[in-house]
Amino acid sequence: MSAETLARWQFGITTVYHFFFVPITIAMSMLVAIMQTIWVRTGSEKLLRLTKFFGKLFLINFAMGVVTGIVQEFQFGMNWSEYSRFVGDIFGAPLALEALIAFFLESVFIGLWIFGWDRLPKKVHLLMIWLAAIGTMISSIFILAANSWMQNPVGAHYNAATDRAEMTSLVDVLLNPVALVTIPHVLVTAYMTAGGLILGVAGWHLAKIGKPQTEKEKKDASAYRWATKFGAWVLLGAGLLTVITGDIQGKIMTDVQPMKMAAAEALWETEQPAGFSVFTIGTLDGTQEVWSWKIPGVLSFLATGDFNGKVYGINDLVKKMESEAFTNSDLVLQRESAERLAKVGVTDWVPNIPVTYWTFRFMMGLGFLAMAIAAWVLWVTRKGGLPTPGKLWTSLMFAAPLAPLFGISFGWIFTEMGRQPFIVYGVLPTAASASPGVSAFEVGLSMVLYTVIYGALAVVEVGLFMHYVKLGLPDVSEPKVLTDDDAPLSFAY
Amino acid sequence: MFALEVAGNAPLALQGLWFILIAVLWIGYLVLEGFDYGVAMLIPFLGKTEKEKRVIVNTIGPVWDGNEVWLLTAGGATFAAFPAWYATLFSGLYLPLFLVLVGLIIRGVAFEYRSKHPEAKWRNAFDWMASIGSFVVTLVFGVGFANFILGLPVAAAANNPSLYVVTPSPYFWQLFSWFGLLGGVCLVALFLFHGSLFLALKTKGEIHDRATAFAGKVGLVSIGLGAIFLVSQNLLHPIGPLGWVLLVLAALGLVSAWWFNGKGRDGIAFISTTATVLFVAVGIFATMWPGLGFKGVGDGLVPSPLTAMNASSSELTLTLMTVAACVFVPIVLAYTAWAYTVFRRRLGVENIPDDEPAPALAG
Repeated sequence: MSAETLARWQFGITTVYHFFFVPITIAMSMLVAIMQTIWVRTGSEKLLRLTKFFGKLFLINFAMGVVTGIVQEFQFGMNWSEYSRFVGDIFGAPLALEALIAFFLESVFIGLWIFGWDRLPKKVHLLMIWLAAIGTMISSIFILAANSWMQNPVGAHYNAATDRAEMTSLVDVLLNPVALVTIPHVLVTAYMTAGGLILGVAGWHLAKIGKPQTEKEKKDASAYRWATKFGAWVLLGAGLLTVITGDIQGKIMTDVQPMKMAAAEALWETEQPAGFSVFTIGTLDGTQEVWSWKIPGVLSFLATGDFNGKVYGINDLVKKMESEAFTNSDLVLQRESAERLAKVGVTDWVPNIPVTYWTFRFMMGLGFLAMAIAAWVLWVTRKGGLPTPGKLWTSLMFAAPLAPLFGISFGWIFTEMGRQPFIVYGVLPTAASASPGVSAFEVGLSMVLYTVIYGALAVVEVGLFMHYVKLGLPDVSEPKVLTDDDAPLSFAY
Repeated sequence: MFALEVAGNAPLALQGLWFILIAVLWIGYLVLEGFDYGVAMLIPFLGKTEKEKRVIVNTIGPVWDGNEVWLLTAGGATFAAFPAWYATLFSGLYLPLFLVLVGLIIRGVAFEYRSKHPEAKWRNAFDWMASIGSFVVTLVFGVGFANFILGLPVAAAANNPSLYVVTPSPYFWQLFSWFGLLGGVCLVALFLFHGSLFLALKTKGEIHDRATAFAGKVGLVSIGLGAIFLVSQNLLHPIGPLGWVLLVLAALGLVSAWWFNGKGRDGIAFISTTATVLFVAVGIFATMWPGLGFKGVGDGLVPSPLTAMNASSSELTLTLMTVAACVFVPIVLAYTAWAYTVFRRRLGVENIPDDEPAPALAG
């Protein structure tokens, strides 16, 4: 394999892995902040126990998100040096701002939150988790603005003297229509995952306790019931917002990346109206359809908002790209660099169709599955109802966080692979952006070692996570600010 | 005096300002993570009992993550302000940076995970991960900065005149010249000194006395190695009287740290190594202007074809980033300083709570 192919795999492996921890970090920090806020306002011991319990699960996950995130920032320069040089004038700024504005905020204040229980007054300590949570959110805004620019490179032009893309307007970059819809879409899917996690963990305990007998069991069951419902409402609410934002995103995508929409459906010929296939069997190379189950008009609606809308097929889009490339584009950068693109050359304008087709369906299917679980759980637990313990319930409790989590992975694989053959859409082909001085040996070696280390860390983190899930709610005492220099701290590593 | 004939992307003042700002971010990183690397390296050696080890870990527990962000910000700022510097450096030092990443990963999880299970084997494993991870990162950066002083040879890529690559590639074994290795060893010694002084400043009782005793020994090693390194630096890459002034200031810092440590003045001793890190970093960055730690291919100090002038971002990007830095750097400094005051108290074994009893980890 070439260094470039290996670099693609390395990016895929490290990024998908990193993003297993991101959604929980973003949303769980805020949900724990909400729990702690309720505790501070009402003094309810139940909420303090839930804050500490889910806070610990959040921190086990947070550590992995931090350490795997560092790899991401370095990777652009290490594996994709021509990309970094070409886009740094635009793409570098959100990364630097993310570190300066968001990473400092979340890192410093998470430390103050973890160790501050007996150092800071109650309300100041509460502020710490809010600031950390806001930090994680700001971080996602910057990185998604950067990614959206790769999908739809607005606010930039091509400078022939320096042979690179240069920024013309930061406002345009931040107000990129793709960013404006991608940011909420990704944020609400994070809440689906964290809601699903709270639901799954608390629901599992709720079924395990069953009908509470002792005083302690009654106390625990009441807390788990609260958390189960809280998680389910978050999952369901965020799920609905995911559908709405996803729908808007589909229409913008049809506009700026029609090829990606056609690839999502494996639509080879232009159709009006176009149906949505729930399931397709194609030839192995993905170029021909053998059998499919189609719902008429739905793709037209997803793409254009009209059940009779015209959706362009892959073959027509390839013809258009081959004849005019991006010479007629509304985007200054695409238009100005069209000549350069012709020189660099594109061999295949079509993304990997089986991958885009199936990831698009898995993404949606898993999202709807998670919402169905949340609705079912709310139904079962209404009016003090108790779940029936058993394999089915346990599986649903596992599925509640895992379905949205994997749904998000499929969504990202679709978004990034649907952009191919470009790294910056219509401007820079991925094949022309790898580091020229880096050998296949270097990329291969580091890839194997990342995979081994990440695999070992996954075993440790999942083991720890399940350990603390099973331990359940901790006993708590009212935190007090320490004045005695020799007194033991309430929390230490 | 500067290579102004090179087609500039932005005014020289902005390029100079961003070069200085990146140096400032690096100094923040080296000063702050410098001591937490030193402390982490010492966990298995200075902690005799489990509670003592926990004292050591907890002196940096609340702050190490924030300290690391200085590195991420330095990296991000290099990407944004000098994309060509970022592209050439990060791809050119592929394997060393990979080692840095592995070191940062294993030390990062170690702090969070060691406390989550009381078994001795589990904790020992994470103590060594924290120690070895910190050692590797320090060593690699020491070797790296020594090579920036000498200059990494760069040339335009075969079919891309705008993109410079470190030549020959892969450039790995060439990094380990005697001066490169000396740089690595010096930084390890300096961070051990800096870290043990921080530990002395933040602890009380037996662990404090042990940290002070260790600082006394490693301080002498730092002074000896540091003198050789700084004199060699000024001979290999002279930058005039400024280089010698910085050398004297850095050396004074080391001697003062060693002296005040012996007198039991923990605070002044720690401030002294902080000053040394600052002066050494300023000296190194002074050799990196305007060539960014690169040089042309050939023997000796061939001027670098890649410079701050042709590697920088456009005027607009640099201006916007300047505004952001002016607003946010002071804010970051303010809340970071506040965090340090919240955790200002010294720790001793009496402050460490007993472990929560926990059943064995499920497979």
